[in-house]
Amino acid sequence: MTKVTFIQPDGTENTVEAEPGMTLMEAAVKNSVRGIAAECGGACSCATCHVYVEDAWREATGEPEAMEEDMLDFAFDVRPSSRLSCQIKLTEELDGLTVRIPEKQF
Amino acid sequence: MSVDVIKTDVVIIGAGPVGLFAVFELGLLDVKCHVIDILDRPGGQCAELYPEKPIYDIPALPVVTGQQLTDQLMEQIEPFGAEYHFNEQVDTIERIEDGFRVGTDTGMQFECKVVVIAAGGGSFTPKRPPLPGIEAYEGTSVFYSVRKMEAFKDKDVLIVGGGDSALDWTLNLQPVAKSLTLLHRRSEFRAAPASVQKMLELVDGGDISFKLGQVTTLHGDNAQLTGVTVKGADGSTFEHPTEVMLPFFGLTMKLGPVANWGLNLDENLIPVDTEKFETSEKGIFAIGDINTYPGKLKLILSGFHEAALMAQAAHRIVYPDKKLIFQYTTSSSSLQKKLGVK
Repeated sequence: MTKVTFIQPDGTENTVEAEPGMTLMEAAVKNSVRGIAAECGGACSCATCHVYVEDAWREATGEPEAMEEDMLDFAFDVRPSSRLSCQIKLTEELDGLTVRIPEKQF
Repeated sequence: MSVDVIKTDVVIIGAGPVGLFAVFELGLLDVKCHVIDILDRPGGQCAELYPEKPIYDIPALPVVTGQQLTDQLMEQIEPFGAEYHFNEQVDTIERIEDGFRVGTDTGMQFECKVVVIAAGGGSFTPKRPPLPGIEAYEGTSVFYSVRKMEAFKDKDVLIVGGGDSALDWTLNLQPVAKSLTLLHRRSEFRAAPASVQKMLELVDGGDISFKLGQVTTLHGDNAQLTGVTVKGADGSTFEHPTEVMLPFFGLTMKLGPVANWGLNLDENLIPVDTEKFETSEKGIFAIGDINTYPGKLKLILSGFHEAALMAQAAHRIVYPDKKLIFQYTTSSSSLQKKLGVK
C-alpha cells in the first residue's frame, strides 16, 4: 500500500492508503477527500483535480506532459508545483507523497 | 420579435448519447422529437470532455471513443428526422392543457406532449474564476461569452486564457475594442496554430498586447471594473487597467435550470420509477446520469435501457388510443421500413 497525504487549504491533513497503480485522483475520490472534484472522471479534460505537489516530492512525481500542461490552462492559480492528480500514477516509490489542495477548483 | 411555437410529440433535453438513443427508441414507435442542447454539437460529455478517450464498456464495441460513439449514434438515428437545437438552454417547462410548453434562453418555444430530461450532469457553463467579488462585475464588466460584439466597441478589453475561445475572441474583438490585451499564464497556447499565428502578428504590429501572468485581484466599484492585479510569470505582481474582462477557462457542469422545473430532486438528481423512468411530474421523464433510483449505475448502457422503457410509456401518452405491439428490428417489416432498410 502507498500512503498519500492531502493538505486542505485550512491546514487539515487527510492521509489515505492507496493501491499502487491507482491515480492520486482516484485515491482522493475513493476516500472522499474534499476539494478534488474530478468532473471528467480522469480523462485529463476538466482540470478540477488540481493539486500542488510539495517540494520534496516534485522530482519523484515528475513534470506534467504536454496534454496535462495544456489542461492546466483551465485551472486557477497555477504554480510551478501544479499537477492534475488524475495524471499522477501511484507507485511504491511515492509512499508518503504529500500534496496541497487549492482554495478552489473553480 | 415574434415567437413561432414549434409543435412536436417529445422534447428531449440533452444531446448526449442517452438523449440521442432516445430519438431512436421513440422513432421506432413513430414518436417525433426535437432535441435541445446547450453545447454547439451533439455528444454531451462524450464530445465535450472525452472525444478522443476510449470507452470500453459499450456492448459489442470493445473500444470506441466518445466522438466515434456520438457519430455512430447520429448515423443510427438519422432515419427518424429529429430536429436539433444547439446553443440553447432550456429555461422553463410549464404544464399546458395538452402537455407542456418548453422555453429556451434565446426565446424559442416548444409545445409537446412529453418532456424527456437527458441532461447528464447538468448544463455545461463557463467556469467562473474564484476571484473575490467577481459576481458583482458579471454582466457589466466581466463576461464569459460574447453575444454582441458591439458591446465591446471602444472599450479597453482584457481577455484571459490560452485556448481557442480566448484566441478566437482576441482576433474577433481586436478591430472593435479601443485596446485589447491577452493575458495567459505561459507563452504556449492550446489553441489552433493558425489563430496563435494571427494573434502573434497582431502583437508584432502593435495592434494588441500580450502579457504573461494570472489575475489575482479585481479592482473597481459599482459593478464597473477599473483594473486587475496580475501575478507575473516570475512571481512579481503588476497592475493592469481595464474596463472589461473576458475569462475563458473552459466549461464546467452545473445543474442549472433543472432545479426550477418543479420536480422532486434528491441531491441534484431526479428520482424516477424503474418501469417508465418518469419523474414526480406525469409526462416528464428523466433518463441517463441525471436520474436516480435504487441500484442506479451511471453508465451509458444503463441510459440506453432507460430510453427504451421510457419510449414505451411516452408512446402511451402521445398515442393514447393505439395499442403498442412489441416488435424486433430483425424481423419486423414495419420497423425496417422506418429504419429505411431496403
